[in-house]
Amino acid sequence: MGGQAPVVQRIRLRYAKRGPLRFTSHRDFARAFERALRRAGAPIAFSQGFTPHPKISYASAAPTGVGSEAEYLEIGLRAEVDPEQLRLALDAALSPGLDVLEAVVAGEGSLADRIDASRWRIELPTIDPAVAAAAVKGFLDAEEVLVERMTKQGRRSFDARAAVTHVSVTEQSDPPSGADGAPCAIIDLVVRQVTPAVRPDDVLSGLRVVAGLEPPVPPRVTRLAQGTLTAQGEIVDPLDADRQD
Amino acid sequence: MSARSVFPQLEQLLPRVSKPIQYVGGELGAVVKDWDSTTVRWALMYPDAYEVGLPNQGVQILYEVLNEQEDVLAERTYAVWPDLEALMREHGVPQFTVDAHRPVREFDVLGLSFSTELGYTNMFTALDLAGIPMLSADRTMDDPIVLAGGHASFNPEPIADFIDAAVLGDGEEAVLEITGIIREWKAEGCPGGRDELLLRLARTESIYVPRFYDVDYLPDGRIQRVVPNRPDVPFRVSKRTTMDLDAWPYPKKPLVPLAETVHERYAVEIFRGCTRGCRFCQAGMITRPVRERSITTVGQMVREGLEFSGFNEVGLLSLSSADHSEIGDMCSGLAEQYSGTNVSLSLPSTRVDAFNIDLAQELSKNGRRTGLTFAPEGGSERIRKVINKMVTEEDLIRTVVTAYSNGWRQVKLYFMCGLPTETDDDVAQIGRMAHEVIKAGRIAAGTKDIRCTVSIGGFVPKPHTPFQWAPMARPEVIDARLKMLKDVINSDRGLGRAIGYRYHDGEPSLIEGLLSRGDRRVGAVIRRVWEKGGRFDGWSEHFSYSRWVESAAETLPQFGVDLDWYTTRDREQAEVLPWDHLDSGLDKDWLWQDWQDSLSEYEQDDCRWTPCFDCGVCPSMDTEIQIGPTGKKLLPLTPVNNLRVPA
Repeated sequence: MGGQAPVVQRIRLRYAKRGPLRFTSHRDFARAFERALRRAGAPIAFSQGFTPHPKISYASAAPTGVGSEAEYLEIGLRAEVDPEQLRLALDAALSPGLDVLEAVVAGEGSLADRIDASRWRIELPTIDPAVAAAAVKGFLDAEEVLVERMTKQGRRSFDARAAVTHVSVTEQSDPPSGADGAPCAIIDLVVRQVTPAVRPDDVLSGLRVVAGLEPPVPPRVTRLAQGTLTAQGEIVDPLDADRQD
Repeated sequence: MSARSVFPQLEQLLPRVSKPIQYVGGELGAVVKDWDSTTVRWALMYPDAYEVGLPNQGVQILYEVLNEQEDVLAERTYAVWPDLEALMREHGVPQFTVDAHRPVREFDVLGLSFSTELGYTNMFTALDLAGIPMLSADRTMDDPIVLAGGHASFNPEPIADFIDAAVLGDGEEAVLEITGIIREWKAEGCPGGRDELLLRLARTESIYVPRFYDVDYLPDGRIQRVVPNRPDVPFRVSKRTTMDLDAWPYPKKPLVPLAETVHERYAVEIFRGCTRGCRFCQAGMITRPVRERSITTVGQMVREGLEFSGFNEVGLLSLSSADHSEIGDMCSGLAEQYSGTNVSLSLPSTRVDAFNIDLAQELSKNGRRTGLTFAPEGGSERIRKVINKMVTEEDLIRTVVTAYSNGWRQVKLYFMCGLPTETDDDVAQIGRMAHEVIKAGRIAAGTKDIRCTVSIGGFVPKPHTPFQWAPMARPEVIDARLKMLKDVINSDRGLGRAIGYRYHDGEPSLIEGLLSRGDRRVGAVIRRVWEKGGRFDGWSEHFSYSRWVESAAETLPQFGVDLDWYTTRDREQAEVLPWDHLDSGLDKDWLWQDWQDSLSEYEQDDCRWTPCFDCGVCPSMDTEIQIGPTGKKLLPLTPVNNLRVPA
């Protein structure tokens, strides 16, 4: 085979997984995104070799069932395009709920190097915020919170505490969907990327371990941001550096 | 009264089930309409898992045809897996549509497409979850009309007590006519209730309403007669035939799933019907005559379908695609149009013919080479005459040699086991044929590194075919032959190593045989199986032979019949068959003669190239063969290098 056109432009995208489409798995999204590139007429570049693959690289994807306002990917193009036009075309080519929010031309460095933490919002319908706050305090006071999760290697136990740099219970600002005036605790959570990954459900397991917090209805989790964690505990948008280039 | 979305309740359950994306809808091509501004509302169900049901062409076509009508709403529903079924029962969530998550019971029609009888138990689950009474007789004005379609509806007798009506044949025009009848009946204020509506449907003479027909039985269990129990319904119900496929270029906006499904491609039917006359093939018999879609319509559908969907695979579907009168120009034209685009084209090839290899080569110019599949169906020359599959061993060897010498390294051969009059030797010859294929292939390819896979399916006699009278072989006989075949293949270890062997046991086929040729009494078996937990019978990991055998033993003796009576028994010409009042257009005397010809190993040619052999379809259905060539060619596409940005 061979003979594929070279990459002349790299573009980084931020996209969201919203509402019912938060149940899209990463594999599902990847298939949909490749079709969207074709629908949009995007001049995607392909790898060389016998089975050419489109040039797409993903930053760590939110788990299936978790919403996100801050998923990132980078694509390599064989022709230059206007990033905003590309964004509009791709957004129109994807189902509503898979929304392309930003597009910037990639600058120096890799996207992966600019992401080492995530901010999550966890809605706990029917849980009294005071009860959640007490559980969170217990979690923060612990040196280590061992939780278990099924992985490909089987059930394994690991610490969910150390990777958490911030966790607090906020007042309900805007009413979450499906909660008709019932109490709803909202947890604001910042977790560093570590191995094994500590995910929001691991922190929820930790709250169960330290304080017996058992939400009777499934929590609703949204990733609000990804990026570099500063010494002040803020998360820097990974596309900031590209915008300045 | 607006049907409320059950999504808020369903959403609580989805984190606890596998592959939740299959239940949320949101596909490209999906349509959500305002409930209150429509008058006739259809829930379309493919009674299998979403991953199998979503790509189904029939459902996609009807979904689009119906939704194009301004005052009509059509949504889709699929079988839910047992994990979600259990949670839905626990939390009181009803069977829902994936489009707007509306309760299925709120619709006017629940239309089920049965490609196979093995979907029957899934219909029960859906009815039960929907809160729709199982028995047609128990339904009220609060329930939808439960309507069966698809190939299995050419004998819907096993589910006659559970459906309200069945449509035989092509659905495009039928759903619009049914919609019109419901629209009018509703506008009049639903006079006469359900019974009147069903009567109006039955009077079309092409919609079967089982409750208006009584079945009488002879003392020995056979059917005495099936007759209308009221004066104003027809004695026989006719199938539908959509003529001029160019006038029905669907799907235009194919559904593009987010979930992974069995086919991820834009599929276009290049023709309907088949007159090759393979005697086991129900699809070929009940979809006559051949009606081609023209090369130019196919080209336009492919272009628009790919643009709309973003798929990078195209399937050119039909019962025997290489038989299209302009298949050569179609394949080379499409290959030319999409060269250099990473779009791959596929032709489900079943004919054993070197011409097929030319086509496959044309299609694979563009990229990956998919495997080649040929279906000789029978191992011996004799059995191929019985089934009217006119292929000689020399044809097959010549064909695979062409494939191997053109660079293919893998060829798949498809056969059936359990065919009428089959002997051990007919099956053993499959193994010997595979040996010859490898020997000739190694010489042609100049390497030992070639393979062939032998894949065996179980024969099931189907209604409206010459084999509708044929006794089935017992599962033990099938299984013994399958084992013997394995020994034959491995009798030469050097050749056997290059041959893959796949097969299905005889047991599921026997049950399919019960359901295919069953009558109304078989309904009790299906219901018992469902009550004992039967679900997803088309899936080997869910299918339980012992559950079917037990349920048959518990329910059939009261009628003086049993499982063997339906499956392995010889039937005589005079016997009234459960589907005799359902007219596929095929003349029963012709079918019997073809069955006799089969037994005397006499072959029947194709009426597209030889004179009409009087199968009866064209005159009785007022149809005719519609084939090309049109002489037209596909023109090069102008490449589009611009982003498609919405206005």
